[in-house]
Amino acid sequence: MKPTPLIELEKLRVEFGGSAGRRVRAVRDVDLTIYEGETLGLVGESGCGKSTLGRATVRVTEPTGGRIRYRGADITTMRGTLFRSTRADLQMVFQDPFGSLNPRRKIADIVAEPLLRARGFSASAAREVVDDLLDQVGLGREAGGRRPHEFSGGQRQRIGIARALAPSPRFVVADEPVSALDVSIQAQVINLLSDLIRDRGLTMLFISHDLGVVKHIADRIAVMYLGEIIEIAARDDFFAGPAHPYGEALLSSVPTLSFSPSRERIELSGELPDPADPPPGCTFHTRCRYVVDKCRTEAPLLRTVADGRQVRCHLPLIPLKGSE
Amino acid sequence: MTETLLEIRGLTVEFDVPAGRLPAVAGVDLSLRRGEILALVGESGSGKSALSMSLVGLNRGPHAHIGGEVLFGGHDLVAAGEKELRSVRGKDIAVVFQDALAALNPTQRVGDQVAEMIRTHRKIPKKQARERAAGLLGEVGIGNPAQAARAYPHQLSGGMRQRVMIAIGLANDPAVLIADEPTTALDVTIQSQVLRLLKRLQADHGTAIVLITHDLGVVAEVADRVAVMYAGRIVESGTRDEVLFHPQHPYTMGLLNSVPRVDGPAVARLPAIAGSPLTGVARPPGCAFAPRCAFAHAACGDAIPPLMQRYGGSAHLDRCVLDRSRDALEVTA
Repeated sequence: MKPTPLIELEKLRVEFGGSAGRRVRAVRDVDLTIYEGETLGLVGESGCGKSTLGRATVRVTEPTGGRIRYRGADITTMRGTLFRSTRADLQMVFQDPFGSLNPRRKIADIVAEPLLRARGFSASAAREVVDDLLDQVGLGREAGGRRPHEFSGGQRQRIGIARALAPSPRFVVADEPVSALDVSIQAQVINLLSDLIRDRGLTMLFISHDLGVVKHIADRIAVMYLGEIIEIAARDDFFAGPAHPYGEALLSSVPTLSFSPSRERIELSGELPDPADPPPGCTFHTRCRYVVDKCRTEAPLLRTVADGRQVRCHLPLIPLKGSE
Repeated sequence: MTETLLEIRGLTVEFDVPAGRLPAVAGVDLSLRRGEILALVGESGSGKSALSMSLVGLNRGPHAHIGGEVLFGGHDLVAAGEKELRSVRGKDIAVVFQDALAALNPTQRVGDQVAEMIRTHRKIPKKQARERAAGLLGEVGIGNPAQAARAYPHQLSGGMRQRVMIAIGLANDPAVLIADEPTTALDVTIQSQVLRLLKRLQADHGTAIVLITHDLGVVAEVADRVAVMYAGRIVESGTRDEVLFHPQHPYTMGLLNSVPRVDGPAVARLPAIAGSPLTGVARPPGCAFAPRCAFAHAACGDAIPPLMQRYGGSAHLDRCVLDRSRDALEVTA
């Protein structure tokens, strides 16, 4: 069975800043397809544009160029009632479980809001859905009468998840949903998300800087660097060996709980270049240990190296398809 | 290697909060040996930061009650006056904080901040201090130290600022460096550079480092010994290999199992610890972890188990009364 695209991004671009010289292109013409029922893990370091890409995908941040298609329909400039009902299909879970909940409102009202606003539910019908959801996310329906400050970080993240799921979305962008949580609580919330993805058949864009977390929740991995996607691979393929030198360095930098830390560390020299002034050619060439002259002048395209695996590199670490 | 530098005895730290007195550190005995990296591990509210800050009197105040002893070079730093503490802080014992942007003076060039720390404890000419400052910035891996010395904190990246903090910490070649989550705010590729730097300091200068972290991967990477904290107490301590690979306390086991690992196969469900850590002023009479412990039985609620050698090696201590003689709790690594 061929997978069905749910979200298709075409040359999606997001730019920030006004003065012509300092225009930061946070997302640089990204082409990306997210298939129905999959969880795509989007990884990269701070400033790579992964959050901006996630927000732009559901138009929480408006893109400055390119197209977004949802189930084949162009939603890039969709407005009014039509967009409001479409938006209810596309939800976000945010990192900060403290800042994203209105402290004055009761949990039940916070969770019910998208149902009333976008799905036209009556208050009593919404109440029923909210009760079920609070049970499902492990808070229990009695939590509905309380306010956000009465809950811990992990519990607030469960509230954020319940709110995002209230309008029964088909697609959820989860932006670092467990990064602010302690290890023992993080594991609980990762398990909850896995259950919800499975039980509700959700499609998810899961954004994280933590490769360990992504490995346990994503089916495919996309790696971003300076606003571009530089590698896309099936989860197991990526963790068996990234095809892009940046992915390789990123994976080797993660401290592991191994008895003998003999694994080779690839220490990247230098820092992330200024996103307002990215290097010419391959944007990673300033830190790449395999760099050749061509990388300094010619920007590589995102090419298919194997089935379902794409890489933006002149010298990928696995052979190009058909060149063996 | 076995010479004890810093000896903590019965340390307690309590804070006045609206609900009463919060026992942040509820009696800790711990020693730091010359040249070792001791990792203090725990989740939010476990008391690891409160413990480390009280080593050099950084959390004194009208609402803090600190008891016990911290012995360093024959002096008790808990009883020491502000003046005596100031002569120790930054000279013999230096602290590196997680948030370098908040810890650095935003209006002063970073080179001057390093030089100032040198001149606080040693009367040398400004010019000489500046030169030494640039040398230190080079030593912590800043590519162009002369240029970086002239920068203000906001002009540097997070990784660079953290290196500046470490350079300030090293300014007077301290015997002890307390590093409170020094890499938590950093990206992994930068974190790996900073961890390597800490290892190099330990090797080249014989600096003993107290590394406060919640990241068990970081612990595995750099620590010699580990102390795991829960609800203000150490629940397990031993060498890195003992604690991480032969854990004795169910909390340590639970933490290790909760980590989503990049190595090894992906699992469908992480074996999470149920419930949340204790954060309030009220503490149970028995083992603080018992309410979350999968193995707890009635006896766990009776009294707080002492920290002692039980089933581990001779210096591998834990605070769990459960019978582990038949590998009843064995977890597969």
